[in-house]
Amino acid sequence: MQTKNAVLEDLQGIVGKENLREATPEDAIDGVEPSLVVEPGSVEEISAVMKLARGEGLAVSLRGGGTKTYLGAPPRSLDLILSTARMDGIIEHVPGDQIVRTQSGVRLAALQEKLAEANQMLGIDPPEEGATIGGVVAANSSGPRRYRYGTVRDLIIGITVVLADGTVAKAGGKVVKNVAGYDLSKLFTGSLGTLGVIADANFRLHPRPESARTVAVEVETPQAARDAAQAIVHSQVEATAVELHWSDEAKLISVLLESIPGGIEAKEERASFLLEEFGEVRTLGDGEVENLEPLSTVSADEVEIKIGAPPTELATVLDSVLDAAKRRDLTARMTGHAGTGVTYAVLSGEEGALAEVVDEVREIRTRNGGSAVVRRAPTSFKKRVDVWGPAGDYLGLTRRVKEKFDPGYTMNPGRFIGGI
Amino acid sequence: MDRGQLIETMQGILGPQGVIHEHEELRTYECDGLMNYRVIPDLVVLPETAEQVQRIVQTCYDEGIPFVARGSGTGLSGGALPVESGVLIVLSRMRRILEVDVENQRIVVEPGVINVWVSQEVADEGYYYAPDPASQIVSSIGGNLAENSGGVHCLKYGFTTNHVMGAEVVLPDGSVVHIGGGKSPDAPGYELLGAFVGSEGTLGIATKITLRLVRKPEAVRTLLAAFKDTEEAGGAVSGIIGAGIVPAAIEMMDALTIEAVERQVSPGFPDAGAILIVELDGPEAEVASQFDHVIEVCQMNEASEIRVAEDDEERALFWKGRKAAFGAMGSISNDYYVQDGVVPRTELGTVLKKISDLSNDYGLRVANVFHAGDGNLHPLVLYDNDAPGEAEKAEKLAGDIVFTCLEHGGSLTGEHGIGEDKKKYMPKMFTTDDMNVMQLLRCAFDPHQICNPGKIFPTPRLCGERPGPFHMHPVQKAGLAENF
Repeated sequence: MQTKNAVLEDLQGIVGKENLREATPEDAIDGVEPSLVVEPGSVEEISAVMKLARGEGLAVSLRGGGTKTYLGAPPRSLDLILSTARMDGIIEHVPGDQIVRTQSGVRLAALQEKLAEANQMLGIDPPEEGATIGGVVAANSSGPRRYRYGTVRDLIIGITVVLADGTVAKAGGKVVKNVAGYDLSKLFTGSLGTLGVIADANFRLHPRPESARTVAVEVETPQAARDAAQAIVHSQVEATAVELHWSDEAKLISVLLESIPGGIEAKEERASFLLEEFGEVRTLGDGEVENLEPLSTVSADEVEIKIGAPPTELATVLDSVLDAAKRRDLTARMTGHAGTGVTYAVLSGEEGALAEVVDEVREIRTRNGGSAVVRRAPTSFKKRVDVWGPAGDYLGLTRRVKEKFDPGYTMNPGRFIGGI
Repeated sequence: MDRGQLIETMQGILGPQGVIHEHEELRTYECDGLMNYRVIPDLVVLPETAEQVQRIVQTCYDEGIPFVARGSGTGLSGGALPVESGVLIVLSRMRRILEVDVENQRIVVEPGVINVWVSQEVADEGYYYAPDPASQIVSSIGGNLAENSGGVHCLKYGFTTNHVMGAEVVLPDGSVVHIGGGKSPDAPGYELLGAFVGSEGTLGIATKITLRLVRKPEAVRTLLAAFKDTEEAGGAVSGIIGAGIVPAAIEMMDALTIEAVERQVSPGFPDAGAILIVELDGPEAEVASQFDHVIEVCQMNEASEIRVAEDDEERALFWKGRKAAFGAMGSISNDYYVQDGVVPRTELGTVLKKISDLSNDYGLRVANVFHAGDGNLHPLVLYDNDAPGEAEKAEKLAGDIVFTCLEHGGSLTGEHGIGEDKKKYMPKMFTTDDMNVMQLLRCAFDPHQICNPGKIFPTPRLCGERPGPFHMHPVQKAGLAENF
């Protein structure tokens, strides 16, 4: 192993002086400070950086827009942050093929803007502002539109990755339909930087909808929320999103409808009719829709849990969180993708009580199916509660996959499920 | 364990009815839907439960015996081709639908359940299972999962991988895991299910599969349009996609295919250089408006005739003609080779022209029938097996066709898989590093490489983790792999 200065010089040799800097306290992840931040500008540079880091036994975390560093457990160790900020080129957009190939450091918003010029879009709409493609893939970020378009794993068609030992490999391609070789694009989706660096990714695109409306129903009980969502899900409306909003101020199920100008009124009418029996229905104005956006802001002392459950369990999920919170004098607000069974709960209050809520919700989900993962929480809380919760019988296999791709645990050690 | 002991052990697990070991009977299983590769397995076993599959696999693992899983055997790339001195695990007796949960839009089935049964099971509730490979009346869900099967409606609805939500898997070491959330979204951890679906039976055996059910659309409109040639039909396809319409299906057939289909099933297709079948589905008002647009686009591209299906019966007739295309080749040629390649949609015209040139160069006819919406071509190379050298020539032509697809940014296969047939072509699409990294996944699932060995990759690698004194691995001995 070399001295820190020697490593610094080697890294400078790879990326140039201007693309390497000493880390600052702002670069810390859950209180663990790295020493250096490096910004490679090409796949070759990423490969050389990784090879060096692995050889030196450095622990490496990846950073795109830095919008989701809160995810996962606190790192076991951290020496080097590899930023994809300079990997910011859109490689190829072919409107006629409805595909795009992009480097991982491209911001999702910038990509969407570019695609919009051809009336196309990538059907992924996570709430974080400033997220990059690499981060969205690595964290498997999703938003309301997942109800119609699916998640990253449904839209990614190819990938180039760099493993910890510097090996560069690609899988998939730039055609939507393709079954040649293993689908590593999906494997890397949601891998949280623990298998390798995502250098670039290819996606299938969709036409941008010409017109959109949001219809919402005010509900009073978790059961009514569940029933309203189910009414849309089992209809033939083909909604784009079915969302839950649950706070002291508003309790709503909102339905995003998209169509062509000649089709939107019929959809709006039909959806409104279906929702009427559950409460007061109205079509929301633009400003109102924005106010209902998912929980993009969570304050530093709050705990956010992501609960996955069968969609018909929505009332049980809401009740379990509300009951558990109420009994401990905690406040809770929730949003969720009611059509697909994802609920986000944000709680605040005393830490011990919050930990009990997580345990209680997990226990219910273990019995009835699903999961409860802590997304955002103070570091002290993350040290107290396993953010991932119990893994299923696939944990051993998960570990074997990790150890094949990154045998030295160079990549983001300690932050993934099961201490991976 | 010698063969006799193995038979005895398997009979102990399955009873005498569940084990086939007589040479003549074993021959029934020597190939799948791709009949130019044939291998007689050592033993065929027919489990009826997941527990039996687990015990079979455990035995194979303990004894270092390679095995291959097989569903209905309709695969077209030799993915379920047995291995010599190996066990073939036939899953067609595992045919139970285990749970129907329409409320959560899920159904749980065993791997031997036939694709079309799933839709039939939930039809009365207004639901169906979207992936519809042409083989759907025969092919099994387990096989569909292994191959990530497509179908004519995947343009809008996606492929098998977008509809498998969870699986119970017997791993090659005999352990059982449950991957994917099933009824719940976003199971924490790696996306193991996404990697497993489409792995062509090389990572384990799915014994219980949770599928997504899709609500039947309010309206379905289908038309058939005739064009002078494939180029004009291709222009219409681009026009439809360019208008921001996502049809449920767009299928193209060329003149030779139309001729064969007419002889075989007489759907009454117009005499034309190319035919498009376009289907839209969704909410009534949306479909009605977009359907008018599709008709306009066809007219602008000089369609000589446009037929709109007046009812379900006429729609079924259009689809009958399309789905009969492969089989119908028998009416115009003694033998044919089904190719499966993908090109970016914008390259369709150029690639079709090149296929036509290749056909002329080789002096062999090529019929084209394909999923035009996603650029998935199925050129059918017609030949006569009795004419000396023609079969080899046909195979070479078929190879040149997929190379053309690759040159234009496409893929070796869109839905039939690599299997045995195309592994030799993999280096044309992927580098050695690409394939070695893919095989890391294999090593994590199947470190001893006993699960469908020798498929997909031209140079299988052992995983370099056999402790103790060196013994040559049976797979290595059989020449199916070399050490990493």
